Amino acid sequence: MLALSRRIAPLDTFRRMSRCLATATPEKPDRKHGNLPGSSQSAITSHPHFFNSIMGDDNLIPTYRVIDTDGKPIDGAQLPDFDEGFCRKLYETMSTLPLMDNVLYNVQRQGKISFYMTSHGEEASIVGSAAALAPDDEVLGQYREVGVLLWRGLNPEEFMNQCFGNENDIASKGRQMPVHIGSPKYHFHTISSPLATQIPQAAGVGYALKRNSERKGKNCAVVYFGEGAASEGDFHAGMLLASTIPSPTLFFARNNGFAISTPASEQFHGDGVAARGPGYGVDTIRVDGNDVLAVLNATREARRRCIEEGRAVLIEAMTYRVGHHSTSDDSFAYRPRAEVEGWVRADNPLSRFRLFLQDRGWWSSEEEEQFKTKVKAELIASFRRAESKKRPALEELFTDIYAGSEPWNIKEQRDELAALVRKYGGVWDPWKKELTKFKGSGGSFTRSDRND
Amino acid sequence: MGNLGVELYGHLRKLIPLPRVGSGRSMQRMTEVKSSAGGKADHRFALFWSPFLSVPEASWRPGCSNVEDENDDNDDDLQGTTVDSGHYPHANSTQLIQRLPQIQALARASTRMGLPLNPSGREKALRTPGLRWADEDDAGPEREIISGRDARKMNLYQAVRDAMSHALMKDETAVVFGEDVAFGGVFRCSMGLAEEFGRERVFNTPLTEQGIAGFGIGLAAMGHTAIAEIQFADYIFPAFDQIVNEAAKYRYRSGGQFNVGGLTIRTPTMSVGHGGLYHSQSPEGYFLGASGLKIVIPRSPIQAKGLLLSSIRDPNPVLFMEPKILYRSAVEQVPVDDYELPLGSAEVLSRGSDLTLLSWGTPLYHCETALSLLSSPPPPLSDLVPPLLRTANIEVIDLRTILPWDVHTITESVKKTGRLVIVHEASITGGVGAEIAAEIQKRCFLKLKAPVKRVAAWDLPAALQYEKFLIPDTIRILDGIMETLTY
Repeated sequence: MLALSRRIAPLDTFRRMSRCLATATPEKPDRKHGNLPGSSQSAITSHPHFFNSIMGDDNLIPTYRVIDTDGKPIDGAQLPDFDEGFCRKLYETMSTLPLMDNVLYNVQRQGKISFYMTSHGEEASIVGSAAALAPDDEVLGQYREVGVLLWRGLNPEEFMNQCFGNENDIASKGRQMPVHIGSPKYHFHTISSPLATQIPQAAGVGYALKRNSERKGKNCAVVYFGEGAASEGDFHAGMLLASTIPSPTLFFARNNGFAISTPASEQFHGDGVAARGPGYGVDTIRVDGNDVLAVLNATREARRRCIEEGRAVLIEAMTYRVGHHSTSDDSFAYRPRAEVEGWVRADNPLSRFRLFLQDRGWWSSEEEEQFKTKVKAELIASFRRAESKKRPALEELFTDIYAGSEPWNIKEQRDELAALVRKYGGVWDPWKKELTKFKGSGGSFTRSDRND
Repeated sequence: MGNLGVELYGHLRKLIPLPRVGSGRSMQRMTEVKSSAGGKADHRFALFWSPFLSVPEASWRPGCSNVEDENDDNDDDLQGTTVDSGHYPHANSTQLIQRLPQIQALARASTRMGLPLNPSGREKALRTPGLRWADEDDAGPEREIISGRDARKMNLYQAVRDAMSHALMKDETAVVFGEDVAFGGVFRCSMGLAEEFGRERVFNTPLTEQGIAGFGIGLAAMGHTAIAEIQFADYIFPAFDQIVNEAAKYRYRSGGQFNVGGLTIRTPTMSVGHGGLYHSQSPEGYFLGASGLKIVIPRSPIQAKGLLLSSIRDPNPVLFMEPKILYRSAVEQVPVDDYELPLGSAEVLSRGSDLTLLSWGTPLYHCETALSLLSSPPPPLSDLVPPLLRTANIEVIDLRTILPWDVHTITESVKKTGRLVIVHEASITGGVGAEIAAEIQKRCFLKLKAPVKRVAAWDLPAALQYEKFLIPDTIRILDGIMETLTY
């Protein structure tokens, strides 16, 4: 916006007029705005001015990058503040993610867990942004953000417990599908399947942080979602709410090109998700999601603005979903294998950062081998333990619906199932077999003298 | 405006139930329903929604006693000094709110000095069954102290406002938000709250119901108390996903690690005379399957305040639906202190042995009128009401909590009476009545002397000009009762 007090001079006016003709940016003549309904600050112009690009001249919003695909800093890029230890932790966390994904993906293929979703290709977006946050910033995710939890110190075995829904699954007590994890300890709200529902919730979380005197100015809410989820009405609601009811809420869109089979080109006609930010009055940046240092820098700055100004900020991280959407999806049905392999070769977030580290002497091929061998062994051991555990006790099916006294319908239905299991559990094979998978084989559930 | 008022009056006149003849029975604990502020010209109220708020002067509900009203001139003064005195609520509310404490103190002083302040109404209000004072120490011995406590005449929206004021005062994390709540709300339920508690705690949201519900869930997930408003229950459907998939399942799906117990969603519900398709609905039945959620509907100001405070403080998300036609028309003495009424518990309004009449919200008043028609039918109806039925003892129950509903009270009643008529404003198919009828049929099969009767709206949208033939009005309730009694 031009300063309203600028002196009007003929030359100045001419220059502005010519700029007006030369660019698509609307010019704001001094003092020629006024009492307009809806927006009193809009300038009056004699040109019928249509526009469809934030940057003008049909330019797209640029993508912020720090290192190129060979791991070299690009001209003019400022490296973030970091030291060797931090960078190694960043790389190790990023590298652990696909190792863990591989174990669990194969476990699913063998039918040992019902479902899985990998983060392949998005390691830099997820871990890089997590590294820019305070460990107690409240995170609301979609489902492809388990890297945030790894960065915050979650033991992969806890994640596996959730995927197996075993008796050690404190995140969902075996109730939710795999990958739907949550942890108050790590300030990571439990994942749910309905897309984008977490987005307006994040605005509420941000507002709660702002109202909490101990966390105001210290923490923000961070919400992750894909570019497909951004088509849901809840994205609109969430951006609007955090903007009009100013809340320190950081919106992080993972634009990985696909929502299951739907390419981003069929998801929106505009300039991605980032182009919508200014429409909501939200500071916005587009970042190279395969460049962990760019993601780190952008997220740090976004978080600073978010907390200092108490307002929403939007980041769109451009990346590519290398893996299938989920284990229920064969992505080669809608995209050529060569395209995927091309992306992995040409722009791999892991190799980019590894080259950067190697240039500094902070990582080597031997360390790579040693690290991978060690982590793989740990992951396999964790998987074996998680696999060997029983499911939670059968009575957990009926708990946590309500707090306070248990309603009659829940109690009666639990008693009815218990009676049925007592009657048929020993003779009806499908139940008989199933009961052995639960802790205590349903014994405490079916005991008729249970006192409650 | 004057013309509009007259037209409205004429329109609403058509909705007035048949006049009551004879004494009939009266329900001790039903509130009186009448024009608020002693028939002051409230129809001049200049808000867009004013048509919904207006009711004709004098008592439109035959069967209510106005004796108390006539004796409480002081009360009327008090009424005039609440946040709802003006016809233009934005104009004077701040001033009035500033004056409110002095006025309340004055009123209390006048009570102490033995001035007439409707002692019978006050006494009745303070002894509301199930009432629990929220300011009493639970650890202390159980006692019933009502001396030193006061009641004030309030209509339903004032009672709602009073409850939110208590909630905001006692709980620093509590916030009230929704569309147009900052200036007082289109039904004036949040009058003056923004001025009293600040715009950080009472604020407008953009016009997005799914956003309002999601925002409230986020606040509640952080342990805050979120009191959200959906402007009409008809517009709750955009938030259906957030309420059913998110709020109701939040605790369960996280293994109890997270919860949104601090969330309460208030919304005006039920018919209002001319609400048409989208200002009349009773969508409570749609939420019945959302285990994890509670649904509460009050019938009167006392009930609204106590149940709303319980809902706000309940450790579960609650959908609190306020019958909008009662906002101004239901007036009674309401205890001014902080108190709660239990959730999950129905209230027996009158004891009987021949038939159980179950309802909630607005239709309870039609039920009451139907009973007076039954016992003392006016001449045009006398041929249609067999004399034998006129002495029938009907047990009237206000369900109050729709989910989880009080199966024990209903079962106990039907086991005694053998007959059940359920009255609700939502359509028959898929309505709450279907759920209750099935459960009662299961539990009282051998005791039932007649099929469970559902008197409800037809399976149609709420057609504007046809409302009188769509909703379960007095004559349909009367007919349903007679059909069930004579089966």
